[in-house]
Amino acid sequence: MEGMTWLGWSFDAFVGAGLLWLAWRALASPDLFKAVVLFVAFGLLLALAWVRLEAPDVALAEAAIGAGLTGALLIAALTRLGISMASGRHRNNNKEEL
Amino acid sequence: MAGYAWLLRLLLLLLAVGLGYAVLSLPDQAQGLQPDVLGKMDQSGVTHPVTAVLLNFRGYDTLLEMAVLLLALLGIWSLGGLPEARPESEPGPVLGTLTQVLVPVLIVVAGYLLWTGAHAPGGAFQAGAVLGAAGVLLQLTGWRLPRRAAGHPLRITLVAGVAVFLIVAALPLPGGRQLLEYDPNYAGVLILVVEAFATVSIGVTLAALFFGADPTDKAPK
Repeated sequence: MEGMTWLGWSFDAFVGAGLLWLAWRALASPDLFKAVVLFVAFGLLLALAWVRLEAPDVALAEAAIGAGLTGALLIAALTRLGISMASGRHRNNNKEEL
Repeated sequence: MAGYAWLLRLLLLLLAVGLGYAVLSLPDQAQGLQPDVLGKMDQSGVTHPVTAVLLNFRGYDTLLEMAVLLLALLGIWSLGGLPEARPESEPGPVLGTLTQVLVPVLIVVAGYLLWTGAHAPGGAFQAGAVLGAAGVLLQLTGWRLPRRAAGHPLRITLVAGVAVFLIVAALPLPGGRQLLEYDPNYAGVLILVVEAFATVSIGVTLAALFFGADPTDKAPK
């Protein structure tokens, strides 16, 4: 029992730290496509956090809508914006033109 | 700008300390509204507390949520003229075969999530999201809504969820009761009807959001 509690705590700490790290990486990434992928990973880890908080309803909604469909919508928006998948390169090209 | 960086850090630190204090001072075992909800479960028509709250006790919130989703789609449609995203390459055989296998499975899973929502985690939004995912997969393989289904049939399907919810919500009004006050004897059936229409509408709305433009629009050039 003691071992299980310790395992649970370290798992929670891993999930919490991972969420903060993924959120920071998604916000700081200059490559928008990479940011969307990080956002989806963030959503899946957040679903795991909801499961740990014993809220499976919220976890289901987060995984299906928050991570899955929002990720698909963001990628669809990205392609429609006409920004090439590697927007970092795109930006560099613009700078050279200027 | 750089001179205020320390101020920003100080404010952030204060915020973090405040948040930490607030979280640590929470009671260990908060009851919240749990006893109230569990006490009224036999009137809700379902056995899963979350569904009882979402579709019965606080049905108003769910009704407005669905209206917000519909408004989001209307907003995108009214922008108009968004060029359709062209796939950079033909969908490969893996995507095609996988979609053929997955779409029927996703439809069955959506039905299961809808049905199981009455007594376990699940429900209309989750089932609708799974249906929406099936729609996204189909669109990725190049499938498009047939022309004759893109006009009124699509619009009626999109509005059906909110419309049926509103009708069911208004049913108790002539009997002198309040909006959304279901008769406990029929609450289970009413919730299932509302959720079934909501699932289809949410799924189609999410797939239409992914498509991004009113399919009856002429292709913008």
